[in-house]
Amino acid sequence: MIGVGRAKQNLNVVDRPLGKGKSEVSLSAFAFLFSELVQYNQGKVENIAELEHRLEEAGFGVGIRMLELLCHRDKANRRETRVLGILSFVHSTVWKSLFGKVADSLEKGTEHEDEYMISEKELLVNRFVSVPGGMGGFNCGTFVAGIVKGVLDGAGFPARVTAHFVAVEGQARPRTTILIKFAEEVVQRDARLA
Amino acid sequence: MAAIIFNLFVINKSGGLIFYKDYGTQGRLDTNDSLRLASLWHSMHAISKELSPVNGCNGIEVLEADTFDLHCFQALTGTKIFVATEPGTPGIDSLLKTIYEIYTDYVLKNPFYEVEMPIRCELWDLNLALAVRKDGKAGLVGR
Repeated sequence: MIGVGRAKQNLNVVDRPLGKGKSEVSLSAFAFLFSELVQYNQGKVENIAELEHRLEEAGFGVGIRMLELLCHRDKANRRETRVLGILSFVHSTVWKSLFGKVADSLEKGTEHEDEYMISEKELLVNRFVSVPGGMGGFNCGTFVAGIVKGVLDGAGFPARVTAHFVAVEGQARPRTTILIKFAEEVVQRDARLA
Repeated sequence: MAAIIFNLFVINKSGGLIFYKDYGTQGRLDTNDSLRLASLWHSMHAISKELSPVNGCNGIEVLEADTFDLHCFQALTGTKIFVATEPGTPGIDSLLKTIYEIYTDYVLKNPFYEVEMPIRCELWDLNLALAVRKDGKAGLVGR
């Protein structure tokens, strides 16, 4: 038995099986870390657009890595090639592994063909955040928008992704909508594949 | 359980008032009075610690007067939350703990809040209102 144990220990990192990834982290710990991330970036920028850009960039790195990890873990290295496929992958698989639940809704934009929206009543990163009035609709969900952008870009679906607050009737708190606008070539390619 | 609360104070570790709210019509204070009272309480609290005849005293927890009770909760960081209530109101300890929980959640985890500065957070107001209903009756104590 000792021999078996040793062999296991000496396994190369790429030969070891990938962890199940079911472990959860403390919400408080995450909230404090995220708060610091926002404060750190806030101290380095001149205006809100820059802050949004930096948060999106931070999320982008997460997104790229999530795509790779989840494709390997859940889909046996298969990758989505269709717009709807990758969107439902983001909406369910990515959301589930990041936030423990699927996103509240995934809709197609009514005005433009190339726009899609993922809406969340209470986005996890916004759970404890009150944005001051003077910040003109800034949404910390920009970080999540960056994650979505990272996943989409990595999978070959370049898109512009932004986060917005949308007021809901009868609710004190607005919900967060992640707006995805795919690049021209993605739409054309998808039309060809149809 | 009806618990009548007159006013609620939050003071930072150096005795500055960072949040004040009054409930109902009794015992209202203007800005100057609330600031003065907050720093006065801070000093009294500190002095009581020194004067205590027993070891390991953490300062005044309850002050009982003829017309009101004052309950104080002190966090490890020195932040103090205290309320003035009707005499003999029960269950204030747990209300203070709930308020502290709301403070740690919606104030300290908010990236736009600067530590030790006055509290101006929408979610704090919202959740505080849930815990202490408008008329000063303790609402959802210990959610």
